[in-house]
Amino acid sequence: MSAIAARLSDGRLHLQHGPIDLIIEAFGAADEVERSYSQAVERFGDILPTLVRELPILRRCVTDAHPLPHGPVARRMAEAVWPHRAVYITPMAAVAGAVADEMLQALVKGRRLDKAYVNDGGDIAIHLTPDHELHAGIFATALDGVARLTFDQPVRGVATSGRGGRSFSLGIADSATVLAATAAAADAAATVIGNTVNVHHPAIERRPARDLDPDSDLGDLPVTVAVGALPPALVEEALDRGAAEARRLRLCGLIEGAALSLFGRWRLETAGMALAEGLAG
Amino acid sequence: MSDDDIALSEVERGAGIVRCDACPVLCRIRPGRAGACDRYANEDGKLVRVDPLVLLAKPDLARVAFVEGSAAWRGELGKGEGAFVTGIGATTTYPDYKPAPFIVSSRHDGVDMVTVVTEGIFSYCGVKVKIDTDRYLGPEQAAVRVKGEAVGHVTTAEYGSQMLSLGGVHHLTGGSKKEGVVTCEALLALCNREAVELAIDGGSTVVVQADKPPIVNGTREERMRVGCGSAAIGMFAPQWKDHVDEVIVVDDHITGVLSEHQGGRFLDMKPAGIRVRGRRSTPGRYFQVAEPGLGWGGTNVSDPLEIIEKIDSKQAWPGLKLLMVSTTGEHSAWFELDKDLTPRPAAMPAAVRHVVDRIAENCEPALCTVLFMAGAGGSLRAGVTENPVRLTRSVRDTLTKVTLGGVPAYVWPGGGITLMVDVARMPEKSFGYVPTPALVAPIEFTLRADDYAALGGYASRAVSLDDVLRAHKVRVDEDGQ
Repeated sequence: MSAIAARLSDGRLHLQHGPIDLIIEAFGAADEVERSYSQAVERFGDILPTLVRELPILRRCVTDAHPLPHGPVARRMAEAVWPHRAVYITPMAAVAGAVADEMLQALVKGRRLDKAYVNDGGDIAIHLTPDHELHAGIFATALDGVARLTFDQPVRGVATSGRGGRSFSLGIADSATVLAATAAAADAAATVIGNTVNVHHPAIERRPARDLDPDSDLGDLPVTVAVGALPPALVEEALDRGAAEARRLRLCGLIEGAALSLFGRWRLETAGMALAEGLAG
Repeated sequence: MSDDDIALSEVERGAGIVRCDACPVLCRIRPGRAGACDRYANEDGKLVRVDPLVLLAKPDLARVAFVEGSAAWRGELGKGEGAFVTGIGATTTYPDYKPAPFIVSSRHDGVDMVTVVTEGIFSYCGVKVKIDTDRYLGPEQAAVRVKGEAVGHVTTAEYGSQMLSLGGVHHLTGGSKKEGVVTCEALLALCNREAVELAIDGGSTVVVQADKPPIVNGTREERMRVGCGSAAIGMFAPQWKDHVDEVIVVDDHITGVLSEHQGGRFLDMKPAGIRVRGRRSTPGRYFQVAEPGLGWGGTNVSDPLEIIEKIDSKQAWPGLKLLMVSTTGEHSAWFELDKDLTPRPAAMPAAVRHVVDRIAENCEPALCTVLFMAGAGGSLRAGVTENPVRLTRSVRDTLTKVTLGGVPAYVWPGGGITLMVDVARMPEKSFGYVPTPALVAPIEFTLRADDYAALGGYASRAVSLDDVLRAHKVRVDEDGQ
């Protein structure tokens, strides 16, 4: 099955190839928008084939040796996960965000746009100019919050990890949404933070990742399969752990903010900007 | 990547792993799991598209038992005649930016037909619920609640039935997010024929399930009323005439009084002088003899004598025989006036009992019916044709047949494609939802292949029924109508 490009009825661009599913929207003068879409379509065909060639490296745990893949998306992945190498992580933790970043770059290069975004299954790369802003909604059970993203803030990437998504998590968070400078950085951090939203309890069913997916980059690590009812105190404890990790990453300068949810309970880690406005109330 | 990387090892093959070649990722998929895209999965060692399509045999053909891989069913259904691919499990995208998942060509009665099969995401949708009961459910316009959230309202009552209108955009997306989620859950359950408890402001609690009797405040409704009180008089007056002096049929809408009623006059019955409460409409027909409620005939009356205002001593006489009965025959009592003209309970004669039983016999079983109502006017049409308004016109002109899960939909006149369908006739579990929140329902448009091409359809995307059967996991529905 080859790559597919289509325009949604509202004008947005949809690109799909295998597991990559992108929704792209650019704002600005009509001819600039059209040219940006052409650039994105042009770039897209090569993304998955190039990525796939380096999959064996990208599925390997990052250690003290910086991975040196060749492809541009693969490099973004390696760079994004590198700061997190103290825990088990592979470049695959940033694949969706890295694809979004790469496609955003192709979209905006040489074009005069007011703003734009590339949404790769919830991991979003953002382009902003002065006086233009984007709103990113966070859905857990319904629309639970809106992050307002403006030019003067350093956020250009949003990513969400958690149960219900396509990739495995070691943690139990319903969602871990992260705002960061790039979508790849947000993606990697969301994976790490999502993994730390965790406790031990018999109601949590885990299985080795490889038993579920022989190709999983997580190997024999126990991934969360199901989460039954948990005592409220454990829900709070799991969220506190995730919030502590989010805070650490924010103070390290790796992320700008995070919002975590589990069974309808929330934690916010933010320096008092976009997310706080969105999730207050 | 060399060819060797693509080939599965013997151990992997032994573990039932399959290699998906739908895209360059070439996922190895364990039994019962899906690939990275969630679109393809390993089912018993075979690569399948994840969502099963539901196949309905044509109603006039015998159904064929489903046996996986058996030539018997495939041979029967795969001929292209007699099978109809439904939209259930067809999947779609929203908004619909690409052709519908299945555009199937087949021949029916020698004419090339095309069925465009998809699942619609209906932001504008709801259910109209008809509840066969005269019991008081609540005032018109009252809010209907689930888990405390307003999901709809009581609407205009129909003959023998109470009506609810549930869902719609204002509850789904116009209120709080909790209201939307609860509304979506309730609609989904009702459409999938599950029971839902509804609480009506200022009224009753009713458990509603499609094609099942309603349960009002814990009591299961057995029968619809035979008609209003006046209609009951009209129907049974000749059968009562020789055994009674007066019959009062208690009904919340119109209470009938035999000797005053045209039906009694026609039989030359003597005025009995028993006046009932309420507002007289025409002779022998009374509105509002009591408050609405869960007692006799949908009133709040538990002792029928309550509705008697007075007994006129100039007309009534000692020994007068009075039957009081409800419109379902569920409640009945026999009285004789004593010398002071006070009604005294007495044993009901067998001949009268016989007619009371006949009222019950003539009542239809009380049911809840759930009609799914939705608008297919939006971008859904773009999955069918490049020229959406032509689809609307084609449906208007009845060149295109609209079905949901194989069940013909009633298309409301006027603009757009606003349709209604009885969920009880659809295959089980036909409905799904998206967190927007909105319901997902199968929808199929069937028309002549040449008409399809004329309205700008994706004719080149049409595949034969044979190919659909070969390439996709199908579920043959045994329960469809």
